[in-house]
Amino acid sequence: MSVFPYLVAGWVLLAGIYGLATSRDLIQSVGCLAVAQSSTYVLLLAVGYRRGATAPVFADLPVGAPVVDPVVQALALTDVVVGATVTALLLALVIQLRKRHGTVDPERLTGLRG
Amino acid sequence: MGPPPPTVALPGTAQLPLAVALPGTAQLLPLAVAVPLLGAVLLVVAGRWLPRPARDALTMVCAAAELACLALLWARTDDGRAVSWMGGWGPPGGSPAHGSQSVGIVLVADRLGIGMALLVTVLTVAVLAYSWRYFDEPVGEHGGVFPALLLLFAAGMCGFALTGDLFDAFVFFELMGAVAYALTGYRIEDPRPLHGALAFGIVNSLAAYGSLLGIGLLYARTGQLGLAQLGQALDTRPPDLLVVCGFVLVLAGPLVKAAAAPFHFWLPDAHAVAPSPVCMLLSGVMVELGVYGTARIYWVAFAGPGGVPAHAFRDTVLVLGAVTALTGAVMCWQQRHLKRMLAFSTIGHIGLFLVGVALLTPEGLVGTAVYVAGHAGVKAALFGLCGLLLDQYGSVDEHGLHGRARELALPGALFAVGGLALAGLPPFGTGLGKSLAEEAGGRYLPGLLPALFVVVSAVTGGAVLRAWLRVFRGAGPTPGDRPGEPETSGEGEEPEVHSPSRRLPAPLTAVPAALLLGALVIGAAPSVGRQLAQAARLFTDRVGYLAAAYQGPVPPAPQPVPASDWTVSGALLGLLSAALAVALALLAVHFVHRGPGAALNRRLVLPLRRLHSGLVGDYVTWLAVGLAALLVAFVAQR
Amino acid sequence: MSRRVRLLLLAGAGLVIAVVFAAGCAELPPFGSPDHPYGERAVAAALARHTANVVSSVNFDQRAFDTLGEESILFASVLGTVIVLRPARDEDRQEPEPARVLPSTRLFGALLLPVTLLTGGYLVAHGQLSPGGGFQGGVVLATGLHLAYVAADYLALRQVRPLAVLDVADALAAGAFSVLGLVGLVAGAAFLSNTLPLGTFNTLSSGGLVPVINAVVGVEVASGVIVLLAQFLDQAVEVVDR
Repeated sequence: MSVFPYLVAGWVLLAGIYGLATSRDLIQSVGCLAVAQSSTYVLLLAVGYRRGATAPVFADLPVGAPVVDPVVQALALTDVVVGATVTALLLALVIQLRKRHGTVDPERLTGLRG
Repeated sequence: MGPPPPTVALPGTAQLPLAVALPGTAQLLPLAVAVPLLGAVLLVVAGRWLPRPARDALTMVCAAAELACLALLWARTDDGRAVSWMGGWGPPGGSPAHGSQSVGIVLVADRLGIGMALLVTVLTVAVLAYSWRYFDEPVGEHGGVFPALLLLFAAGMCGFALTGDLFDAFVFFELMGAVAYALTGYRIEDPRPLHGALAFGIVNSLAAYGSLLGIGLLYARTGQLGLAQLGQALDTRPPDLLVVCGFVLVLAGPLVKAAAAPFHFWLPDAHAVAPSPVCMLLSGVMVELGVYGTARIYWVAFAGPGGVPAHAFRDTVLVLGAVTALTGAVMCWQQRHLKRMLAFSTIGHIGLFLVGVALLTPEGLVGTAVYVAGHAGVKAALFGLCGLLLDQYGSVDEHGLHGRARELALPGALFAVGGLALAGLPPFGTGLGKSLAEEAGGRYLPGLLPALFVVVSAVTGGAVLRAWLRVFRGAGPTPGDRPGEPETSGEGEEPEVHSPSRRLPAPLTAVPAALLLGALVIGAAPSVGRQLAQAARLFTDRVGYLAAAYQGPVPPAPQPVPASDWTVSGALLGLLSAALAVALALLAVHFVHRGPGAALNRRLVLPLRRLHSGLVGDYVTWLAVGLAALLVAFVAQR
Repeated sequence: MSRRVRLLLLAGAGLVIAVVFAAGCAELPPFGSPDHPYGERAVAAALARHTANVVSSVNFDQRAFDTLGEESILFASVLGTVIVLRPARDEDRQEPEPARVLPSTRLFGALLLPVTLLTGGYLVAHGQLSPGGGFQGGVVLATGLHLAYVAADYLALRQVRPLAVLDVADALAAGAFSVLGLVGLVAGAAFLSNTLPLGTFNTLSSGGLVPVINAVVGVEVASGVIVLLAQFLDQAVEVVDR
C-alpha cells in the first residue's frame, strides 16, 4: 500500500470539489475550499515522508541522522499561511454579502448571469 | 557542502562596491518586487497622517520608482536574460555544472517577462492617475490602503512574471489573487461586487490548490522546484502518466487565471462589478499573465523529451483557445452591461492569445506579445471610459444610456476609436499583433485560424461600436427588454464616487486618451515589435534558458528572429475586421434582427447564456470538467 | 444548469480525475522512500549555516524569497479584510457593553493568558533551534491575547489590543523583511543574502539572518492576525445598521 497516502490527497481534493459544487451555504463553501486545500498538505507531507526518520531539527540529533524532507514541510507551512489568510478574506466577503443580500445561499444569488 | 559564495553578477555588469548606486540586472530583478512592497508599507504607515494630495504624490513616487527600475532592467537586459539567485544560493561553487544542486530560488527574466512587468507598472501608473479624486477612499487611519493594495497587486504580478521557480510562482500567483479578490469586492454597499469577488476568489483559489498538488507530484518525481531544474530532471526518463497529471494540475492555476473556457465563468462576474480602475488592471494584464504563465511553464519545464509532446500541447491548446475565443465573442455580443461586454471581449482575445502561444513558434509568440501589449492599452482605455459613464450617469447599461451621452464629444470619440482598435484597425498595436499571429496561424492551419482572428476581433469590436452608436450617438430605436432571458443589466449601480459630479474630472478622459495613444505607438513604432521579436526568440530557446539559469555560457539561440513588421495582407485583414465590426454594429442598431436569426439565437446562444448562471457550484463543476477534459486530451495524445 | 446535470457532470469529471490521478500516483516513488535529493541538500545547507531547525533554514534563508511573498499575502489579506469589513455608509459603531463572566472562567483566563503569551514568545524566539518559529509563535501570541475577551469582555480586549499600534507594527514588519533583503544588496551580495555572523551552532544567536527574519515574521503574524480578528469581532460586536 505504498501509494495509499497519495491517493488520500486525491480523495480529499475530490471531496472538497464535491462540497463546493453542491453547497447551499457560502460559509460551508469556504470551508470546502479549505478541505480541498488540505489535500495539498497531505500530498506534500506524504511526499516528504521517509521511513524510520525523524523531524528535521538537529538541536538534539547527531549530524547525519535520517530526517524527513524539510523542504515540503516549509512549503506546507507557506501553504497554511496562504490558505488561512485567503480564507479570512473570503469569509469577510461572505459577511458583507449576508448583510447586503440577506442570504448566504449561493443558489439565491442571481444578480450576475447571462 | 559548504555555503555557496555570494551571487556573481552577470557578465558585463561589473560588481560595484556600492551595488545600490548603480545596480546591475541581478540586483534590479529582486528590486522590481521589493520596491512596490516597500511602497505599500510606506503608504499604509504614512497614509494614516498624510493628507490626500501628499498620499497621492507618495503613491506616484513609488510607482515611478518601480517604473524606473523596470525600464533600467529592460535596457540592461538587452537581448539576453537577467538572472538573479535569491540569497546567493546559486549553483554550488558557482559552477554551472552543479546548477541542479542549488537549494535556492532563481529569478530569470527575458524581455517578455520584463515586458509583462513593465506593462503591469505602466497600467498601475495609469490607474493611479485615473483614480486621482475618483474614489471616496476610506479616510482617516485607512487612508493609504487602496493605493497600497494596488502596489501589492503590482508586486505580485511582477514577481510572477520574473520568477524562474515553480513554487515561487505559486506564491506570487496567490499574492495577486488575494489582492484582486479584495479589490473586486471593494464596493461593499452593492451586493453584486461581493458576489463577483467571491466567485472569483473561490474558483481561482481552488485552481491554485490544484497547481500546488501538481507541484507536489512533480517534486516527488524530480526533487526540484526551479523551472529549469524541473525540466532538466524530467528529461532524464520517458514521460509517463505522472508527468501528464502533474502538468495538467500545474496548469490549472494559470488557465483559470487566463479564463480559458470552461474555466472562464468567474471573469465576467468579477470584471463587471470591480471598480473601473481595478478592471483596467484585471483585464489589461492580470488575465494575460495566466497565458504568460502557461507558456513559460510549458516551454521551460515540459517542452523537452521528458515532458509533454509538442503536438499534444499544440492541438489541445489550439482547441482550447478557439473555444475560448468563440465563447467570448458570442457572449460579448449578447451583453448590454458595458463592463460585462468588455469582460467577455477579454475572454475572446484571451482565446486568440492562447492560439498564438499554442503554435509553439517564435512567430506566434511575438504576435501574441504585441497583441497583449496593444490589447492592454485599448481595453484599459475602454474600461476607463465606462468608469466615466458610471461617474456621470450612475449606469453602464447600453439600453438605459441610449442617447444620453451625446453631450460627451471627446469621450465618445475615444470610445469609438477604442472599438475600432479592438477590432484590429491598423496601425494600432492590436492590429499589428493580430496580423502577426494570423500569419503564424495561417502557416499551421491556412484559412481557418486567420478567419478565427478576423471573426472574433470583428465581433468584439462590433459590440463596442454598437454600444457607442447607441450610448454616444443615440442611433436607432431603444432596444426592448428580452423577458425570460438570463441577463445582467448595467443599471442601478452604486456610484463609485460619493457624490457624482456634473463636472467631468480631467483624468477620466486624459488617461484613456493616453492609453489609446500607447496602443497606437506599439503598432506604429517598428522598434517595439523588433525588440519583442528578439525576446520571443529567446523565450522559445529552452536550452538557452537552462544555461542562463545555471549562470553558464549561453549558446546563441538557434531560431531566426521572427518578423515583426506590418505586411500588406495583415493590414488588409485588419481593415477587413474593422469594416466588419462597423457593419455589424450598424446592422444591429438599425435593423433589429428577426426571423432566422431569432431561431438561431434560441437554439444556440440562449443555452450558452444560461450556462453563465452566476452560481459558484456551476463554476466549480466546470472547473472539474475542464481539468478532466485536459487530462483525457493529454493522456490520449501521449 | 439543473442540480441533476451538475451532479452528473461532476461525477464524470471526478471519475476521470480520480483514475488519472491514481495512475499518476502509482508512478511516484513509494511512500517513505529514502530518496529525497532536495531535502538532503537543504539539510546540508542548513547545517553549513549553523541552523539547527532545517525547516526554518529553508523558510528564512534558502527559500526566504517565498516567505517574503507569503508575508506579503498576509499583509495584503489583512489590508483587504480591513477594506471589505469597513463600516458601510449606512452603518454606525456602537460601544460594546460590559459583559458578565463566570468567576471560574475569569480565573482560567487570568492564569492562562500570561502562560500562553510566554509560550508564543518562546516559540518565536527558538524558531531556528526547535520546532516552531515566527508563524507558529505569532499565531499563538495573537490568539492567546483573545483570552482577555473570553475571560473578561470586549472592553478588556480593546485595552490589551492597541489596534493602531498593531496596524503600524504589521506594516513595519512586512517592510522590514524587504529591507533585510536590501541589506544583502547594499553589502554587495545577493538579495536576502545571509551576511550576518553565523554564531555558534544550537544557540539562540545561531543562523545569522534566520533568527532576525524569524522575529520579524513573528511580529508580523502576531500583529496581523490580531488586526484580522479585530475586523471580524468588530462586525459581531460593534457595527450596527444606522
